[in-house]
Amino acid sequence: MKTLTHLERLEAESIHIIREVVAEAEKPVMLYSVGKDSAVMLHLARKAFYPSPPPFPLLHVDTTWKFRAMYDLRDKMAELSGMDLLVYHNPEAQEKGINPFDHGSLHTDLWKTEGLKQALDKYGFDAAFGGARRDEEKSRAKERIFSFRTQSHGWDPKNQRPELWNLYNARKAKGESIRVFPISNWTELDIWQYIHLNDIPIVPLYFAEERPTVERDGMLLMVDDDRFPLKPGEKPVMRSVRFRTLGCYPLTGAVESTAKTLPEVIQETLLTTTSERQGRAIDKDAGGAGMEVKKQQGYF
Amino acid sequence: MTKDTTTEEPVYVVDSLIAEDIDAYLEQHEHKTMLRFITCGSVDDGKSTLIGRLLYDSKMIFEDQLDALTSDSKKVGTQGQDIDFALLVDGLAAEREQGITIDVAYRFFNTEKRKFIVADCPGHEQYTRNMVTGASTADLAVILIDARKGVLVQTRRHSYLCHLLGVKNIVLAVNKMDLVDYKQEVFDKIVADYTEFADSIGIESFTPMPISGFKGDNITKLSENTPWYKGPSLVEHLETVEVLSSVDADKPFRMPVQWVNRPNLDFRGFSGLIATGEVKPGDKIRVLPSGKTSTVSKIVTFDGELDEAVAGQSVTVCFEDEIDCSRGSVISVADNPPQTADQFEATIVWMADDAMVPGRAYWLKLGTQMVSATVQEPKYEVNVNTMEHLAAKTLELNAIGVAEVSTDKQIVFEPYSENRALGGFILIDKMTNATVAAGMLNFSLRRSQNVHWQALDIGRKQHAALKNQTPAVLWFTGLSGSGKSTIANLVEKKLHRMNRHTFLLDGDNVRHGLNKDLGFTETDRIENIRRVGEVSKLMADAGLIVITAFISPFQADREMVRSMLPEGEFFEVFIDTPLKVAEARDVKGLYKKARSGELKNFTGIDSPYEAPRSPEIRIDTTKLSPEEAANLIVDTLLGDA
Repeated sequence: MKTLTHLERLEAESIHIIREVVAEAEKPVMLYSVGKDSAVMLHLARKAFYPSPPPFPLLHVDTTWKFRAMYDLRDKMAELSGMDLLVYHNPEAQEKGINPFDHGSLHTDLWKTEGLKQALDKYGFDAAFGGARRDEEKSRAKERIFSFRTQSHGWDPKNQRPELWNLYNARKAKGESIRVFPISNWTELDIWQYIHLNDIPIVPLYFAEERPTVERDGMLLMVDDDRFPLKPGEKPVMRSVRFRTLGCYPLTGAVESTAKTLPEVIQETLLTTTSERQGRAIDKDAGGAGMEVKKQQGYF
Repeated sequence: MTKDTTTEEPVYVVDSLIAEDIDAYLEQHEHKTMLRFITCGSVDDGKSTLIGRLLYDSKMIFEDQLDALTSDSKKVGTQGQDIDFALLVDGLAAEREQGITIDVAYRFFNTEKRKFIVADCPGHEQYTRNMVTGASTADLAVILIDARKGVLVQTRRHSYLCHLLGVKNIVLAVNKMDLVDYKQEVFDKIVADYTEFADSIGIESFTPMPISGFKGDNITKLSENTPWYKGPSLVEHLETVEVLSSVDADKPFRMPVQWVNRPNLDFRGFSGLIATGEVKPGDKIRVLPSGKTSTVSKIVTFDGELDEAVAGQSVTVCFEDEIDCSRGSVISVADNPPQTADQFEATIVWMADDAMVPGRAYWLKLGTQMVSATVQEPKYEVNVNTMEHLAAKTLELNAIGVAEVSTDKQIVFEPYSENRALGGFILIDKMTNATVAAGMLNFSLRRSQNVHWQALDIGRKQHAALKNQTPAVLWFTGLSGSGKSTIANLVEKKLHRMNRHTFLLDGDNVRHGLNKDLGFTETDRIENIRRVGEVSKLMADAGLIVITAFISPFQADREMVRSMLPEGEFFEVFIDTPLKVAEARDVKGLYKKARSGELKNFTGIDSPYEAPRSPEIRIDTTKLSPEEAANLIVDTLLGDA
């Protein structure tokens, strides 16, 4: 008798979740951020409905400040999967020229948190897939796979629906929505290994290469385009770097590395002594409870 | 003097294979299996400390997390200058502040052989529902006992819940052995006490082990402090115990259908997660509840067609014949199918703040089937601490009881003890959409197996044709004194003049006969409406236009009646009269009695009225006269009819 490996069980669980949403929600959408977790989630969706294409669109809530390589892969993957790609820009953030250099945390609030709410309302999506994992951050460890949101997109950690066996309750009143996290039970290592085994295309920024960088506040930032305001005396230096997570390029720290293949990246990940979200500013807001507060406000 | 095993080992034991030969390591990791387990115990038993220890020893704590942990430990920890592992797993800010675990948290770690998912659940009685949730997906349970305290009430409760949810592998982890000087007598006494208790509730076997989560004894390897204990260590045991999915693979094939895959006219596949057994192309299958049979033509996946698929895999199956199969159907091996029934005995765990209402219709989700179901008054409630059976009228939050459940149509099921996927269900409140209960089907009731629908030659179509009308139910709802009876009377008179065959069921009149055994409690009111609904349905089947005038205050009950009738034949008529207007009229003097306390459970006063959210017809009696209201209702009925 064949015993399933942990990756086979995780894959089957995620596919089951994705199909349940399609069977029970009226208008689902998949949030696609172009990172490695999104890449795996999209791949699982394609597996879930093969030979049909996934019966929902991809939504990219864009900030206009992502790495150029991310936009390239995004468009390529939409075409490959045969899915519609919706790109949303918060018009208010666009008009005010909100950017990570001048506006600090307002950048994330307006472009991402508000932008996401606006996009979901605009299209009337009642279920949105997100690529969050429980091992990423403490408050995510306690979030359900089907995470229920009020009309104003708020999350109430004390009033979550119990999830037993593999029975998910997708019922909701008009105007309410659910965020669904099909890869909740995957770890960072599982994601890498799955990408490796399935040959899933990912953004080349995950692999080491000589890139123009400057060092600021202990973070190595990549100068991805000429919008990067250099301080007096600051000069981009070519360093062999890669990224463990991808977001807006001015907010995402690189690590010095020589890992050019997936096994090398995995090796480095396993030997490293810091967690992957360490390169991100968002978790450190509001004294340790950063993500919990953000989620209550409607952040994914 | 005992040895502190933690200080003698390097902090990070990184698998040397990672650095030396990453490809070999990946190859090894690729073939790991997965075990899900639950840890039961309270803060005092050292549960969080044990999990923190497992994460720490398997290098799942990174340096930045360790830094945060070290500084938090000094600030709010309970271990002096030592690292307080408990802080690592209490995720929500509220939990860290109160020093307790509120919700189920899932943690992950790896060893050389397996990946583990740990459901970390709070242990207090008020969190019974969280533990039940965690146990529902567990292959194994670790029951923690404080060696200084022995088997406590909570140990019994945790063991009972795990056993109830069908967790077969139980580890009795006698923790804090360091605090009793690693004495074998202490351990043996606890094991003897627990054995007696386990026998009494039907736990067939368990694996006891002496450990210290804080010091690390017998966690990853056997400790020198307990030379009398021959093993295995906790991690060794977790690595080798059989996982649930391999047990399920040996059972007969069953797959609940989630979705029909139909990209074009040439392809029709049925997608689902295989619950039990295995399937191969060429296998004879049967689709339930229809009972139709066919043969598997192919098993389709993104990675190519499969020669076989087993329990735990998500696949798409195609048949050789075009037979009826859709979401909610169960595909089974042809010669050994599961049963279908609509009345059951079930064990129910209530999970909502609002108590269960016997007789009320809830959504019941089992596998991919969603039906309307009612639960009767419990036969008994189980005291989760003593396992005594108590008499109960309802089930409150965290209560566990045994009750009869009826569904509005036949469902495909197996007893929970044989098949978790076809025996476990959740109940969903129809108003709030909250998940209010979890349940386990024990068996179907004989009466539902023996009562069959009698096929009649003259059906509702023939009845209606002879009367030359479309049957309908005009369901009036509104406060006492809102004008329901007055308007309903006028409507019937008008329809009668138009040669329509009608019948008016009035609330007060029905209570003199059919429902004279019922009072005005919430349960009786629901039964009152259910009976009137069934009578209305029979009359509509006879071809009549039925008019009912009942307060019918609860949305869920009106929805129950709606679901009994074919679509388009149920008209919810909301006689919308504000409470102060109805109370001012007080034709029968009932409001006065209710206000004085003479009359209990009076709608609008001390019992709620749930106004219809989207009635077919709404009558604002402050704007329309009874005559105008009756005309509007008749026009709507005949216009639609």
